[in-house]
Amino acid sequence: MHELPVTESILEIALRHGAEAGAVRISAIHLVIGQLSSIIDDSVQFYWDMISEGTLAEGAELRFRRIPAVFLCSDCEKAYKPEGEDFSCPRCGGTRVKLTSGNEFQVEAIEVETDDAS
Amino acid sequence: MGREAVVTKRIPLKEKILSANDRLALENRKLFDEAGVLAMNLMASPGAGKTSLIEHTIRALSENNRLAVIDGDIATSIDADRAEAAGAVAVQINTGGDCHLDANMLRGALAELSLAEIDLLLVENVGNLICPASFQLGTHKTVLIASVPEGSDKPYKYPVMYRGVDALVVNKIDLLPYVDFDMPYFQRGVEILNPGLACFVLSCKTGEGLDAWLDWVRNEIEARRQGSR
Repeated sequence: MHELPVTESILEIALRHGAEAGAVRISAIHLVIGQLSSIIDDSVQFYWDMISEGTLAEGAELRFRRIPAVFLCSDCEKAYKPEGEDFSCPRCGGTRVKLTSGNEFQVEAIEVETDDAS
Repeated sequence: MGREAVVTKRIPLKEKILSANDRLALENRKLFDEAGVLAMNLMASPGAGKTSLIEHTIRALSENNRLAVIDGDIATSIDADRAEAAGAVAVQINTGGDCHLDANMLRGALAELSLAEIDLLLVENVGNLICPASFQLGTHKTVLIASVPEGSDKPYKYPVMYRGVDALVVNKIDLLPYVDFDMPYFQRGVEILNPGLACFVLSCKTGEGLDAWLDWVRNEIEARRQGSR
């Protein structure tokens, strides 16, 4: 359970880029989380509400985009989402497989409000 | 209307969530490289035998190498005391509840060591198969220590940990006759996640299989010496 340091990192990234953009408020944070990144959304949200208080990002909406794990079989070149505990290829039974997505752990974008001075 | 309009815009970032930790990990790596230290991050569940393996490694390698150990635990200095008794310089980090070491904690502990006087640094992470996998420390090698009583399904249950390591130790094989541990099933899981992974099947209790592990560590130290010359 390391949701607190993860949430602190998300806040740090959002505030740094928000300040650079001259934001008066950060309204949303878009997160991309692969299936193999063990993070609990509700827990991040819980910490977020606490630690974002009083910052530019207070009340910002956290949007989680989950990416399923996809493997590619090196033997028969089938791309598949593993089912159950066995990650081997469902077509040929091969075990020489590569993960092509599911490892993501990113702040994809933030939405900020700026005063339009022009 | 006399009121400034508020403009909403989307700023694309694509920044890794743990990028701050990753940056500090790179700085740690630089410290190791400048001092010519080989650093290893040892991870395992509680009770797999991290400290026992470290004790054996210290006793076997201390004659020709200068060893240091950094121990991460939620509380107590039991592990650092054991490493010191075995003959290494040891520093204890108490994480105070955190379930893993991160690059910043490690950096704090590095300040207590004279890196230029060390050949091999073993970092004993907090016993946990989930969180330590996400936090890079800047070490050159990551090693996972599994043990037979944990059961052979662990690669399937903790794929992220098994995917990310450079070497795997399977400890406590003296217990194989007494527990249901399906070695082919275990190895198949490992092979899918981490093909060609260096694997050392051993017992810290009887000493069986330890030589292959020690040779691997010796070779890694030697390779680092050659590389830094």
